[in-house]
Amino acid sequence: MNTIVSLLYNAVLNGTPLMFGTMGEVLTEKSGNLNLGVEGMMYMGGAIGLAGAFYYEKMAGSAANGIVAILIALLLAFIAGAIGALIFSFITISMRANQNVTGLALTIFGTGVGQFIGEYMRTKEGGYVVVGNGLKNFFQASPFPKALQDIPVAGKLIFGHNIFVYLGIIIAVIMAIYMNRTRFGLNLRAVGESPATADAAGINVTRYKYLATVIGGGISAIGGMVYIMTIAGCVWNHEGLAGEGWLAVALVIFCLWKPISAMWGSTLFGALLIMYLRVRLPIPSEIYKILPYVVTVAVLIITSLRKKKENQPPESLGLSYFREDR
Amino acid sequence: MNKVHTPLFHLTKRTNLSRSGAWLIRLGSFLAAIIIGGLIFVLLGQNPFEAYQSIITGSLGKSVALRQTIKIAVPLLGTAIAIAPCFKMRFWNIGAEGQITAGAIGATFFALNFAGKIPSMPLLLSMGIAGALCGAFWALIPAVFKAKWGTNETLFTLMMNYIVIGFVRWLQGGPWEGKPGSQIIPNFNPDAVLPEVFRIHCGWIIVLALTIFMYVYMKYSKHGYEIAVVGESHNTAKYAGMNVAKITIRTMLLSGAICGLVGFMVASGANKTLYHNVADGVGFTAITVAWLAQLKPFVMIVISLLLAILDKGSGELQTRMGVPSSISDIITGVFLFCMLASEFFINYRIIFTKSHKKEAAK
Amino acid sequence: MQDNCSIEMRNVSKTFGRIKANQDVSLKIYKGEILSLLGENGSGKTTLMNMLSGIYFPDEGQIFVNGKPASITSPKDALKQGIGMIHQHFKLVSVLSAAENVILGLDGSLMLDMKEVSRKITEICERYHFNVDPDKKVYDMSVSEKQTLEIIKVLYRDADVLILDEPTAVLTPQETERLFDVLREMRKDGKAIVIITHKLHEVMELADRVAVLRKGKFVGELMVKDTNPQEMTNMMVGRTVMLNIDRPEPVNPTERLNIQGLTVINEDGVKKLDNVSFTAMGGEILGIAGIAGSGQKELLEAVAGLQPIKSGSIIYTPENGESEDLVGKTPMQIKNAGVALAFVPEDRLGMGLVGGMGMTGNMMLRSWQKGKGMFVHRSDPTALAEEIKEKLEVMTPDINYPVRRLSGGNVQKVLVGREIATAPSVMMSAYAVRGLDINTSYTIYNLMTTQKMKGTAVIFVGEDLDVLLELCDRILVLYDGKVSGIVDGRTATKEQIGLMMTRFEGEGGEKNE
Repeated sequence: MNTIVSLLYNAVLNGTPLMFGTMGEVLTEKSGNLNLGVEGMMYMGGAIGLAGAFYYEKMAGSAANGIVAILIALLLAFIAGAIGALIFSFITISMRANQNVTGLALTIFGTGVGQFIGEYMRTKEGGYVVVGNGLKNFFQASPFPKALQDIPVAGKLIFGHNIFVYLGIIIAVIMAIYMNRTRFGLNLRAVGESPATADAAGINVTRYKYLATVIGGGISAIGGMVYIMTIAGCVWNHEGLAGEGWLAVALVIFCLWKPISAMWGSTLFGALLIMYLRVRLPIPSEIYKILPYVVTVAVLIITSLRKKKENQPPESLGLSYFREDR
Repeated sequence: MNKVHTPLFHLTKRTNLSRSGAWLIRLGSFLAAIIIGGLIFVLLGQNPFEAYQSIITGSLGKSVALRQTIKIAVPLLGTAIAIAPCFKMRFWNIGAEGQITAGAIGATFFALNFAGKIPSMPLLLSMGIAGALCGAFWALIPAVFKAKWGTNETLFTLMMNYIVIGFVRWLQGGPWEGKPGSQIIPNFNPDAVLPEVFRIHCGWIIVLALTIFMYVYMKYSKHGYEIAVVGESHNTAKYAGMNVAKITIRTMLLSGAICGLVGFMVASGANKTLYHNVADGVGFTAITVAWLAQLKPFVMIVISLLLAILDKGSGELQTRMGVPSSISDIITGVFLFCMLASEFFINYRIIFTKSHKKEAAK
Repeated sequence: MQDNCSIEMRNVSKTFGRIKANQDVSLKIYKGEILSLLGENGSGKTTLMNMLSGIYFPDEGQIFVNGKPASITSPKDALKQGIGMIHQHFKLVSVLSAAENVILGLDGSLMLDMKEVSRKITEICERYHFNVDPDKKVYDMSVSEKQTLEIIKVLYRDADVLILDEPTAVLTPQETERLFDVLREMRKDGKAIVIITHKLHEVMELADRVAVLRKGKFVGELMVKDTNPQEMTNMMVGRTVMLNIDRPEPVNPTERLNIQGLTVINEDGVKKLDNVSFTAMGGEILGIAGIAGSGQKELLEAVAGLQPIKSGSIIYTPENGESEDLVGKTPMQIKNAGVALAFVPEDRLGMGLVGGMGMTGNMMLRSWQKGKGMFVHRSDPTALAEEIKEKLEVMTPDINYPVRRLSGGNVQKVLVGREIATAPSVMMSAYAVRGLDINTSYTIYNLMTTQKMKGTAVIFVGEDLDVLLELCDRILVLYDGKVSGIVDGRTATKEQIGLMMTRFEGEGGEKNE
């Protein structure tokens, strides 16, 4: 029983960065933009979010407030991702360059920026950049009162998570309502399916694409920050994000472009990521660690076999739009 | 409400841009990238001229440095050559990293098990063949699924990277571990190390030969023509009687085999051993090289040298000016962004609208 | 009359690259009138109207709406001015429902009220006797349903000016009649209606006034009651042209293809061809008529070896050769046996041509396997490209200039020219004149007839029934993947074929004529 609770709890914990990464990319792809730079944006968000919290603590000293630190980290991570996505948007939407290659360029650029900031802080601050224990707790502990958390089983699973889990759920629900129930959501879906149709209907295709991609990039980047501040222990190490961003891109396909499914999908992948620690199997741990990637491959294969109309990617995904194309 | 406004400009597709005009625009974007890179140095409180100078001297200044730079360029060029046909075919193989690693595993198997038992020449040959076969095999898996069911190759090839790298980690700590507990595979027997020509491992000769081969292959061979047609439209290819699945698989086999060769060269020539980071991001940077070169093999030589200079020079930057060497990734990214954006000016023309006020007034 | 003027375009010009699509065009559109905008393909009709619908912005000139100068920089502006356009290629999102498509892009409350939308759609449907289910997904709709939905979209936005771009191209004669009734109804309501067309009989039947464009310029306008088709044609083409296609009697027709019980099921498991049987003769043109998507594409592709065949046989007898069954052969084998396919898809470049390559590269699509060893052979394709450029007057700066950048007519000449150059014994073409001007169309018709006289079996899938009736010796009519009959091109009437296009009559196959 305890193993299962602990596995579930840790699955949610490890799935949260993926959830943000996936939700951001879902929003982006709904506008018809395929941004493969999620890994890069998450790196930027992670490093800059950490830098924000670290320097805030350094300036405020013992007066540092956890909530302010979280807000700073969130905001900076969002802005970092949004800037990355803005570069992507400019090059693919306005300059109409190939989205695949631009996304890869953003990955190279973003991981570079992330590593650079991480190393820069390390050299500047003489060795080790880590947020103090007081603040760390704010990032990693549950925001609910202890009484609620102490309820057996449910307490830990429902109230025991860090604040970002709940933030992610709220964003997922808002996104689902936005896409399926609102006028703007309908317009966004039309832009991703058929920009020419949306354009003829008077929808500003460029504006929708820019907004969805930039906000999506910001949300994805928060995932990077959450990874660094929770799983990686508020410290920048050389491993960076270890491919979380790419898993997020794969999860978008797995979730069939639905924000709510992103919650389940990311939890499942969170479980896969830590299973080697929790569920002993008679295979070497290095091989066991490959599991999430093997499952991703399996997911890709299975999704390519299913051909239902509603389950397909937005029809014009990855294509640039030029009104006067004849 | 009824105010008449006209848009400032609009776009049309260019129909008549000379080749030299296009290269002039690309040169302009290159200069723009250098300027933006310079601004980044200013932002970091460094003198951009000094920074660029130390990149140049650090990578080309001494013959030792120059040799290092070429050593960096060799796998970059080799991998760019390998992925060029895939990208021409619009098959987004971002799994070169894994295919290099797979090739290195194949080569290492022979290096560890047959060194000293057979002479150096056949040993190296069998290492090369094993590397090519393993690289090809690793590329074959996603290619088959793409050809049969249209499985998304971008993510598939990428996941294959993580899988094979995990496998090497296991080899390092398991069956191929040298000193128990070291997590390191022992250095190769000198017989299994590529000989040097001009004091650089002879991989550079192999890579240059591959460049010429790829140029001829893409430009003059039937296969090259098929790849170009498939890249434009699967329907047209089928209509012309081409077997798209077969072409996809064959091209990926070739690409993977060349990547595998690169893996063999890196393990045998540069590292003289195998470890999990044998590919060291080359698979990704090579995409940059291939794309910046417009998939033209000979241009790739220039671009890969350029990026190698940047890479090696950044190391110098770190020791001399205390700027982290990952600055090279940032600058590489900037270069790519500028080049990608410049294609816009090659394909489109901006027309500024004449004022309508006069005509409306008459 | 002045009060009735809804829209005025004054000295409007628009240029694309080196092509002057519209030059100094002035045009007035009145309320309560159906204006027909007549011109050949490429004469700039659609471009002109796209400047009203906000797709393009004029380089020069001014547009007035209800007497006031207006700046229409986007489709949204156009809708605000009450201008709605129904494009030739429908602007609908196929995974959305009818109602969702209708409210796309409209301003209003943040949260959607689909019930209210459905109610308003039903109202419009009742007013004009449409029959559309607001919850039906677009991908489940027929062509004519989609067009109705497009009209509802415009009406929902309270447009006073309705522009229709070649609305009848995809409709059966019966559906066309229904559409015309609706348009007349709207005229009664005081709406201004513009219909872009190149079909003269439609102008005569429907329009009050006709404005003619030629090579981007306005050449004049006529009241329909005072004119006749010949006068309009002369205005459209600029000189007197004969509207008759030369149709010599077939000489010694011999059986080339004998297709029996051909059944094709596509990837989604839908039966696209159902027990199709017919013969194609050398020395005759066999026309194929049918509503778009009735199985024309699948039929040609099945013969060419590009479609997996469920059952049936395709017996091919070359001139002086042994009969053989083409089923199960690869596209390459079929091609080498002498069966050529010149398929012109909607986007022209999707199939048959490689947009990024020049004429030479495209000629190689036919001959790329011929070179020695592993290298492609370039000199023959180069010579062929030069020859086609010369003979068919292809306007290209260079035979290595990417065909994507050529105009539609030139692209088609390259495609058809290459197919004919293979001297096939069966020549199949689909929509070979789509998007071509009259002169080029006639060049193509004549090429088909020349092939026929050489003894080739020509299969011609066409859209324009008038042309089919003038060009073909026999016409096979497809309905929903079945052969609903084969008629004689010299005696059949348009109404007869129209009826066959909409319902299944025969029992699948040829009953000796």
